Amino acid sequence: MTAADLVPLPVVLPLLAAGTKFAIGVRWPGLQRLISVGTLTAVLVVAVILLIAADQDGPQVAAIGGWQPPVGIVLVADRLSALMLVISAAVTLCVLVYSYGQGSADEEEGLPLAVFHPTYLVLAAGISNAFLAGDLFNLYVGFEILLVASYVLITLGGTASRIRSGTTYVVVSLLSSLLFLAAIGLVYGATGTLNMADMAVKLAALDPDVRLVLELSLLLAFGIKAAVFPMSAWLPDSYPTAPAPVTAVFAGLLTKVGIYAVIRTETLLFPDDDRVAAVLMVVALLTMIVGILGAVAQTDVKRMLSFTLVSHIGYMVFGVALGSQLGMSGAIFYAIHHITIQTTLFLTAGMIERVAGSTSSERIGGLARTAPVLAVLFFLPAMNLAGIPPFSGFIGKVALIEGGVQEGGWLAWLLVAGSVITSLLTLYAVGKAWSRVFWRAPRVAMPTPTDDHQASPNDIPGATLSGRDIVRGGDMPRLMTAATAAMVVLGLSFTVVAGPLTDVTDRAAVELRDRAVYVTAVAPGTVVRTPGGWDFGPPAPLPPGFSSLGAGDAAGRSPFQPPTTGGTP
Amino acid sequence: MSVSLVLALIVGVLVGGGVVLLLERSLTRVLLGAVLLGNGINVMILAMGGVAKDAPIIGQSAQADQNDPLPQVMILTSIVITFAMTAFLLALAYRSWQLQGHDEVQDDVEDRLVATRKEAEELEDTGADADLEAAADAQAAVEETDDPSDDAALGRDA
Repeated sequence: MTAADLVPLPVVLPLLAAGTKFAIGVRWPGLQRLISVGTLTAVLVVAVILLIAADQDGPQVAAIGGWQPPVGIVLVADRLSALMLVISAAVTLCVLVYSYGQGSADEEEGLPLAVFHPTYLVLAAGISNAFLAGDLFNLYVGFEILLVASYVLITLGGTASRIRSGTTYVVVSLLSSLLFLAAIGLVYGATGTLNMADMAVKLAALDPDVRLVLELSLLLAFGIKAAVFPMSAWLPDSYPTAPAPVTAVFAGLLTKVGIYAVIRTETLLFPDDDRVAAVLMVVALLTMIVGILGAVAQTDVKRMLSFTLVSHIGYMVFGVALGSQLGMSGAIFYAIHHITIQTTLFLTAGMIERVAGSTSSERIGGLARTAPVLAVLFFLPAMNLAGIPPFSGFIGKVALIEGGVQEGGWLAWLLVAGSVITSLLTLYAVGKAWSRVFWRAPRVAMPTPTDDHQASPNDIPGATLSGRDIVRGGDMPRLMTAATAAMVVLGLSFTVVAGPLTDVTDRAAVELRDRAVYVTAVAPGTVVRTPGGWDFGPPAPLPPGFSSLGAGDAAGRSPFQPPTTGGTP
Repeated sequence: MSVSLVLALIVGVLVGGGVVLLLERSLTRVLLGAVLLGNGINVMILAMGGVAKDAPIIGQSAQADQNDPLPQVMILTSIVITFAMTAFLLALAYRSWQLQGHDEVQDDVEDRLVATRKEAEELEDTGADADLEAAADAQAAVEETDDPSDDAALGRDA
């Protein structure tokens, strides 16, 4: 058995487990927990193995059902896919543990067990499928799996506020899926293939204007999913009312699946188009600035975090727009950092809600005295998000800014200035939220927790997994604290392993820009007509100049090596 | 590749109608819009397969006369997905009707509060009378988003 045989597992395992859980229903909660935690741990282990294999031996390819590309569907784990898979598995596992803590703290066994946990596993399968898809239509199917699961999760319990915000989310996501489908139809019409490696070769032969139309229609669909300005207004509207673990995993992963798709489109399918790069830069700048101005205006912690989420998507788009070695590596590093940090912040926001009775900084205050641990758990990722050294946010931002400076040109400099300003405003927004919630004495009388765990008028409306009111005990459930602390530590560990991690993102960026590696690994054959039907022919040779990594370009240096040493590993 | 003009026109009409309905406030109309849009895109994918030929079954007709089966497979998948989405949106609309007696897509109340906050604070500084006025304004803004009849008026047809 080789590592390539493991590639389908991150998709298959969660789906199997979800099916098993639906069959079990609400019985045996202990077994159910074991299944969920065991499955996601297995996915994490498989993802780590795939990352090591992809890093050492090149992209791992699995042809589903033995059907060879371009006719059959392939799942591909290259460095980027495997990296994203590792981080998504780690984050989904932590959030799962948190949701168990929340479920047992609220004494909810029925609905979370029967609906939330199986659906959550389906979501994990969809995310894995999107990261691994080597076929454009399979990418669409992956998106649909995770979106359908997310529709259920965001409207969990069917309370009025969740239905309201869920409606916006569902309609916008539905539209983006339809746009993606239309783009797939157009790409198929132009190239006659759905396999992305095959498509990359065939797109190169197309008229540049046709290519531009295809590229923009794909980017439009992915842009909505990634919440890129001006298609970002749906996100702060719909995320804050969902249960805390749901918002956390959505904030961390769903937008980043969109960013992943944008990276794939811009590197494998349509590399080096200056017109689109300029558009992406402008869009990145607007995403950053408009998003963070929205965050500054908010008084509610969850809403403020939703706006910083939108704003920081701009950093990743900036890196992709640069398209250089440094920019791409920075974008991947930033995506990994941002998935972890944003998830952590939403988890702590859920704890704030539980401890203080609200997330509005108008209504609560002085939590540093009553919940000092929570104050630290919020402070560390908040500073990380703002990019204070030595946290990973700083490292990611420096890489991107360096990439922008290396690129030169007024637009790139404008972006550099914009990212510095955004970083400052982020510091202002999260600093203000932290000092108000934890430092300042409450301006109005805070609702007092009841000790007897009985329903009281002070309960937090509609915040449990099933949308019931939280019966407040004023304490922090241990399992939730542990899961949040694990996420904080994961975020901090990016600083410790920044060297090896940036080496991996550098190598991932090299691989992405040298598309020949991906295409050769997938090796889409040619279909040959035979008298009895058809057969697979040998792979077509790559056209000259296919690899976008020019000779002079190959010396693109790592963000953390001085210019004189040059050369990437 | 040649494309039938009739198919292209059908795509145009379906997508156009879908977009108009999608812009409505009533969720049922949005749902119908999504269905029209989905069908329009399905027809477009069908058109991408080229002109209609024989069924793609080996041994039944010469290979040169066979249709491209892949667009039809894609359409099948997307029909299934659109069908499931339709069912989910219907359930959402029904739940919204159960809870509020209508299926209008509502504004975000928190968002409106933030939007009117500055105005309210400015008035608050000018005096006690203005203070009350500002509070009433902010309250009215919130109620506006809460009140189904107002939203129905925005939807201009209910």
